[in-house]
Amino acid sequence: MNKLTSVRMVVFWALLGGFFVWDWQTAQPVNLRLETPIIAIGSGQAPSGGHCATF
Amino acid sequence: MNNRLALTLVFVVFTAFLFWFVSIRQSLLFIVGIGLGAVLAGARFGFTTGWRNLIEKRDASGVFAQLLLLAIAAGISLPLLAFFPTELSAALGPPSISLLIGALVFGAAMQIADGCGSGTLYKAGLGIPLNMAILPVFALGSFLGSVHLGWWLELGSIKPVGLVNEVGLTGAMGLTYLGLMLIGLAAWFWSKTSGGSRILFNKTLIIGAVLLALLAVLNFVIAGQPWGVVYGFGLWAAKIAYAGNLFDPATNPFWSQPVNATALQQSVFLDLTSITNIGILAGALWIFSRNKSGKADKLNTQQWVVGIIAGFLLGYSSRLAFGCNVGAMVSGISTGSLHGWIWVVMAFAGSLIGVRIRRYFNY
Repeated sequence: MNKLTSVRMVVFWALLGGFFVWDWQTAQPVNLRLETPIIAIGSGQAPSGGHCATF
Repeated sequence: MNNRLALTLVFVVFTAFLFWFVSIRQSLLFIVGIGLGAVLAGARFGFTTGWRNLIEKRDASGVFAQLLLLAIAAGISLPLLAFFPTELSAALGPPSISLLIGALVFGAAMQIADGCGSGTLYKAGLGIPLNMAILPVFALGSFLGSVHLGWWLELGSIKPVGLVNEVGLTGAMGLTYLGLMLIGLAAWFWSKTSGGSRILFNKTLIIGAVLLALLAVLNFVIAGQPWGVVYGFGLWAAKIAYAGNLFDPATNPFWSQPVNATALQQSVFLDLTSITNIGILAGALWIFSRNKSGKADKLNTQQWVVGIIAGFLLGYSSRLAFGCNVGAMVSGISTGSLHGWIWVVMAFAGSLIGVRIRRYFNY
C-alpha cells in the first residue's frame, strides 16, 4: 500500500466517521423502550423501514 | 498488533455499541453487512463487470453467477413471503415511466463509473479512488432523485405487482425460474457465438453468489424487508440538506411519507439500509487490510469528470428506477416484484450504451 492510498483511506473514513458522529449528536435520541424485535420473522410486527423500492 | 486484528477489534466495539445503544437487530444487520462487503470484495463479485464481460468478451460466467444468486435467494425468499405475509415485505416498486428511464440511465452510468450501488460501496471500501469520490455524489444524486420522484411518477405509473400476491407461491416460483432460465439460455447462446470454448462457471464467483444469496436472505429474515443500498445513500444526503435548511421535507411527496420523515429525524444507525451499507464498507475494508489493494488505473481529468457525472447519475437514476442491482434486481426478483424484471431489461439496454461510452473515454 503506497502512502497516497493510506492518506486517501484515512481521509475517507475520517469524513464518514465524522458524519456518523455528527448525526448521532443531532438526531433524536434512540428510545430503547421502543426497540424493534431482534428478528422480524416470527415477531408478529409489520416491517417499518424505508427501502429503495418503495415510495 | 496487525491491521486486521485492530480492525476486527474496532468492528467488535462498534457492534457492541449498536447492541447496547441502538438495537440488537441493528447490530445483527451490521454483522450481515460486514459479511456482504467481505464476500463482494473478496470474490470481486461485480454485477457491472459481469454484464460488461458478457457484452464485450461474450464471457457469461459473471451473469451465470448472478443467476445462481437470484435462484437461491428467490427459492428461499418467495416461500418465506408466502408464509409470513405480515412480517415480511417484498421489494415492490411501481412499473412506471420513471422506472424505464431510470433503469436505462443506471445501466449506462454503472458501466462508466465501473460500479453499481453495492459495487461503489465495496470498491470505495477497497480504496479505489474513483469509487471513493463517487460515493458522496451518488448520495447527492440519490437524494435529488427522491426529491423529484413525485414529479417523475406523475408521468405515468401503475401499482406495484407482486407475483406471490398475484399468482400464488407456485406461480411466482414457476415464473421466476422460467425467467431466470430464459436469461441463462440467452447468455449461453451469446457466449457460444464467440467461437472459442468459454468457461461458464467461475468457482470464485459461484461461491460468492451462494454466500451473497444466503446473506441476502438472512438480511430479509432479520430486517423484514429485502437488502437495499440506495435508500441509505439518499437518506445521508437528505439529513445534511435538512440540517442546512436546504429543503422542506413536509412539502415534498417523498420525504413527507411517515417512514421517510421518521428516518430523517432518527439516527442513521436505526435505518436498516444504512446499517448494512456501513457493514459493506467495513467488510470491504477488512478485505483491503489483507490484500492492500486500492490500486487502479490512473485516470486523466476528462475520465475523472465523466466518472463523477456518471456517479451522480447512478444515484439519481437509481431512485427513479426504485433501486439498483441490489434493491431492484436482486431484491425485486427474489421477492417476486415485476419491477425487478423490467429493471433488468432496461438496465441491460443501458449497459449496451454504457460500455460504448466507456470505450470512447478509454477507461
